[in-house]
Order: sequence, then C-alpha cells, then structure tokens
Amino acid sequence: MKPHTDKTYDAQLDDLRNKLLSLGGKVETEIATSVRALAERDSALAEAVINADREVNRLEVEIDEVCRRLLVLRQPAASDLRFITTALKIVVDLERIGDLAVNIAQRAIDLNQSPPLRPVHDLTKLAELCQKQVRAALDAFVDGDAERAEAVIKGDELLDAVYHNLFNELLALMMEDPRNIRRANSLLFVAKHLERLGDHATNVAEMVIYMVRGTDVRHPGSRTSKSIPPPET
Amino acid sequence: MIAAANKIDVHALNAWFKSNHALRDVSLSVPERTVLAIIGPSGCGKSTFVRCLNRMHELIPGARQAGKVLVDGQDLHAGGVDPVTLRRRVGMVFQRANPFPTMSIYDNVVAGLRLNGIKGDYPALVEKTLRQAALWDEVKDRLQHSALSLSGGQQQRLCIARALAIEPEVLLMDEPASALDPIATAKIEELIRELAESLTIVIVTHNMQQAARVSDATAFFYMGELIEHGPTEQIFTNPKEPRTEDYVTGKFG
Amino acid sequence: MKRRFINGLMTALCGLALLLALVPLVSLLWLVISHGFKGLSWDFFTQLPAPVGETGGGVANAIAGTLYIVGIACLIGVPLGVGAGVFLAERGDTPVGDAIRFTAEVLSGVPSIVVGIVAYGLVVLPMRRFSALAGGVALAVLMVPTLARSTEELVRLVPGALREASLALGVPQWRTSLRVVLRTALGGIMTAILLGVARAAGETAPLLFTALNNQYWNWRADQPTASLTVQIFNYAVSPYQDWHDKAWSAALVLLLLVGTLSLGGRLLSRSRVR
Repeated sequence: MKPHTDKTYDAQLDDLRNKLLSLGGKVETEIATSVRALAERDSALAEAVINADREVNRLEVEIDEVCRRLLVLRQPAASDLRFITTALKIVVDLERIGDLAVNIAQRAIDLNQSPPLRPVHDLTKLAELCQKQVRAALDAFVDGDAERAEAVIKGDELLDAVYHNLFNELLALMMEDPRNIRRANSLLFVAKHLERLGDHATNVAEMVIYMVRGTDVRHPGSRTSKSIPPPET
Repeated sequence: MIAAANKIDVHALNAWFKSNHALRDVSLSVPERTVLAIIGPSGCGKSTFVRCLNRMHELIPGARQAGKVLVDGQDLHAGGVDPVTLRRRVGMVFQRANPFPTMSIYDNVVAGLRLNGIKGDYPALVEKTLRQAALWDEVKDRLQHSALSLSGGQQQRLCIARALAIEPEVLLMDEPASALDPIATAKIEELIRELAESLTIVIVTHNMQQAARVSDATAFFYMGELIEHGPTEQIFTNPKEPRTEDYVTGKFG
Repeated sequence: MKRRFINGLMTALCGLALLLALVPLVSLLWLVISHGFKGLSWDFFTQLPAPVGETGGGVANAIAGTLYIVGIACLIGVPLGVGAGVFLAERGDTPVGDAIRFTAEVLSGVPSIVVGIVAYGLVVLPMRRFSALAGGVALAVLMVPTLARSTEELVRLVPGALREASLALGVPQWRTSLRVVLRTALGGIMTAILLGVARAAGETAPLLFTALNNQYWNWRADQPTASLTVQIFNYAVSPYQDWHDKAWSAALVLLLLVGTLSLGGRLLSRSRVR
C-alpha cells in the first residue's frame, strides 16, 4: 500500500490495525478455550476465559478511542474512511463474540456440577464450524480478502443448518427423559451462543466487503441512499 | 435525481500557455442548478479550466484553447458570441477579494451594472444581493463607506454580491474561501448551497472537506487531465481511480 | 566598545554630509528671500512693468503669463502624456510600445533650449510670430515624457486583480482601462501632473524664442506673452540696479509658486496613501 505523505498517519493506522488483530486473537483464544472447557469438563479453564474477558473489554474501549481520534484529526477519506468505520463496527462484534465465549464458559461451569449427558455429536461440529468462521472472517479482514469474506457469509447457511439439527437432537433428548431437561437446556443455550457467534462472524465479513469494495452488502432490499447505487452482486 | 438539462458541456477541451499544454482533452458536463467541485494538486489545471468557461483564459498573452465549451447548448466560441456579454451570464469570484478600492460598498455592488450602462432599481438590488451574500446586516448602515473598510471575509462576500448583481446564470468560484477564517468560510459555504437553488456553480478548491461539504459532483484533475468525475459522495468514499484514491487520502507527493 | 565608537563616528559623518547637502539649499533660500523680500508689495503683484528708467511697476502680467502658458502646455501635454502612459501600461509589451518608450526616454534627456528651438521651428516660423501657443508647445514637449513614464508606472501598479474583476463582470476592455484602472491610479497621476506643472513653470530657455516676452497684458494665444522666468532673465541681465532688485523679487515669487505646487503634489499623494 502506498504510504501517506504524513508518516505519522501511517503509524496511527498501523497501530489501529494491530490493536484490532490483538483483539481478534484474544477472542479466538476465548472461544477455543471455552469450547475445550465444555468438552473436557474443566471448570478451571472456564474460569480463565471469564477472567480473560476483562482485557477484551479494555481493548474495545481503547480501539474506539483511537478511531475517534483518527476521525477528528485526520478527516479520513475513501479507503482510510472505510477502514476506520469498519474498525468501529467490527470491534463491537468482536467484543460480543468474547461475551458469548464467556457465556459458554459459564454454562460449562454449571454443567460440570452434574454428571455428563451422552455426547452430542452436532455440538462439537457446531463449535468447530463457528471457530472456523471467526478465524476466516478475521483472516479476511487482515488480508483485505473480499472473496474470503463472501465465503464466510455463505458458510453461515451451513452453520444455521447444523444448529437446527442440534436443536432437534437436544429437544429429542429432553422429551426422552425429564431428568435430561436441565442439562439439555444448558446445552441448548450453548448451541444458541455458538449460533450467535457465527452471526457476528458474518457481520465482520460483511464489513470487510464494504472496507475492500466500498459497497455495503448488508440488508439488501432496504436501500435508501439514491446517490450510491446498489451493490453489484 | 431529476434528469436536469446540462447547463455546461465541455468536449475535448485543450488549453495552452504558449508551449505549455495546461489542459488535455477534458470532457465533462454540469447539470443545471448543481454544484461541481474541482479538486487537484497545485498546477493541475483547475484554474485554467474554470477560466475557459467564461473566456477569460484567452485574455492572457500567449494563451490559446481548442475544443468545445457549450453553455445551454451554445458553443462559446461560435461566430456571433461576444465574450463580454458571455461574462455577464457566467460570473466569476476570485481567490483574493478584489473590491474596487476607490468605490464605496454600494458602488461596488452595482459596479457591474453601472459600468455596463444597465439601469435598474439599484438600491433594491444592493439590498437583495447583500442579503444573499449574508452581508446586509453588517453593512446596511455604512453603504457609502469605502469598500476597503471591511474585513477580508466581508470583502469577499462583497465581491460575491457584486458578481450576483449582474444576475448571472452560472457562477464560477476560484478558491473563494482560501484566504478566509473558518467562520467566514462556513458562511460562504452556506451561501453556495443556497445559491445552488437558482444558479449553476463551479467551485475550485484546495480544501477537500469543503468540496465534500458543498458540492453535488466532484472532478479530480491531475497534470492537466481529468482523472475522475462523479458524485461527490462516491469520489470521497469509494473512488474508482487509484490516483483519485491517493489524492483524497493524502498519499500524494 | 570599538564598535560603538565606529557607529558613532559614522553617524557623525552622515550628519555632516547632510549639513553639507543642505548648505546650497539654505543659502539659496537665504539669498532669494533676503534680496527679494523687500521688493514685494501689492503693486509688485498687480502692476505692469514700468518703462525703462522709471521706478515702480510689477510683474503682474508675468505671473499671469506663466499661468497662461503653463495652462496651454497642460492642455496639450496632459492628455498626450497620460494617454501615452496608459497605452504603454496596457499594451506596452509590443514593438510599438518599446519604440514609444524609447522615444520618451530620449526626449526626456533633450536639453530644454533645444526643445525651445524645435518649437521655434515648428510653431513660430509657420505662424510668423512669437506666441503663447509656441511656448505652451515647448513646455508640453518637456512635460510629456516624464508624465508618460510616471503614468505608465502608476497604471502598472494597479493590481491585475482589479482588471480581472472588472472583466469578469462583463465590462469591455477599453471601459475597464478607463473607468476602473485609470480611476484607481488617478490620485498618483494627479500628483505626477502637479509635479510636471511645477517643473514646466520654472523653465526659461524654451520660452526665450517661443513666447518671447511682453510688457503688457496678453490673453491671445497667438501673441508673445510675458512669463516670470523670462522676465527674471531680462531684469537680471539688464544694467539697472532697480531691475536687479525686481529680478530677486520675481525669483522669490517664482520660488513660492513652484514650491506651492510641489508641496501640493506631495500632500496630495500622502493623503491618498492609506
């Protein structure tokens, strides 16, 4: 990328990028850890996730500060503007992903109080898929890869399908035996969190497409702006 | 957007200063009652382009131009066109305020009419144009004072009133606010938006944020060529040409 | 310490040079005033010269004549000079403009007596008489070059932005030159005219064989006319003491006239500067 005439500007943008990557890395770790904590019934791991989230929240505030400063001092335009407004939006999604990982960890702690249910196959699959989506969305952001981002958006369909299967499976478990209800319900919550996680990854991917191509692909069919033409798909 | 008729059409415009090829094959159109902002680094031909629109370019010794400039579909260089009357339809405001120093505020405003022997209700016109230029309240009690007793920003607004008094259809503004403080600049920008309801305006500016605030369309010039021309929002959020992108994000030089 | 000494020495030397330069001016004023003051009287200003041998009389006709001849010179010289100046400023970067400028330079260097002779040949001979007109022509020729050069410079000083502003309002070029550019430069041009008049009023040589002299009133342009400068000359070279005294007094009057015009010019230019 061609550097700005003002080198300080470049340094500030790099700083923002690094902070975002750091945040991305942290939430990825949180997801992996909380899923492991659930699978291995490790409450200590789960506690670690809950503690780690403090750092994530701090980073969110810091990144917002940096973005605000850049907006007022630099009045960014074109690609710089798209990058900074993207940063402002995905930091929200990333922080929510962190919160969802914490929720999963809390569910893990709760489930560890009782004996385990029989293994639920789709849950592992769902967890894997979500982690892949988040990883792919972050990679797309780092590399400015719009095609990768499109793949993430498409991949959400599969994720939703797996979630629905899991939902039915857990429902069956609950109907099978009333003693399963409490634990199956917890697992249902976990599944919901994972599904929401996937949605946030999709949001990140949509913003990456805007950042790279300059077209806003969110909510097609509700365009109000007349001067910017609808995106070509 | 309503499909408005084009007030100005430029086809393959070329301009020279002696042997220096200042404008190369520039073509664009400006719809009626819109504001076009022209941006670009120093020496890219912005001022030259604007001066071709009211035939002031040819007044410079050694200057010549080729190509077509049409206003309301009429070729400016066609046989019967008198540059002097043209300039009453296409007015101009310059970078540095240039009120006539020996005349009062009142006389400055009507100078264009008086020097051309155009009669009219001068006092009413003075009030109308000074109100349009957001200057009336500040000077209504001292219209007979010398124009030089005003501040820089006021003088520039006086020059705008003077240009408006001859009731042009097009107003060309060559960096009108570059010598002014932020408050005066904001007043002039507000004025431009109001004027755009009845006039077609072409404004040259160094200040990209100003271009973004004030215009409907933006044209980016570089080294005498028109690199990109499009809706202002698009030029500043998602330009098509890499050179435009570099310029608006500050990667030039 | 040494620097301060040198500084003081230099300042003292400058002061000395200033005093030396003032000596001729002061001595001139002193001489003229001391010799001429006693001759000033109401009669001196209002009476015609007395015949040879008689005392009394004045230089009234000479004063009037100077004003008359200089007036004619202005009528001819000011339009020509200012017009040439405006032309040179607006369209001077052409071969024609260069030729005119060169001519003006050469003319301003021509000795005034030569100008007088030329006027003799051009006006006096064809008319077969000496006249105020011839004198006016001679003085005009002296005025035009400097007036043209000053006007050109003053008009060039008018910022191009004003011209552009006027042209952008759809005002034709000739009217722009006249009513905008010239009007802006007018103050300076008035000063230049006043200074030119002051200089013309003090000329003697060109009038010697054009306007000649006249002992009586004359208001006809085609007749010889008195002037202060020629009158002073005549009185001064005469053998009569009385006339010598009159010469001093007339010189004082001329000095007052020229001085007032010059001062007026300077005051006018200062009042226009903001």
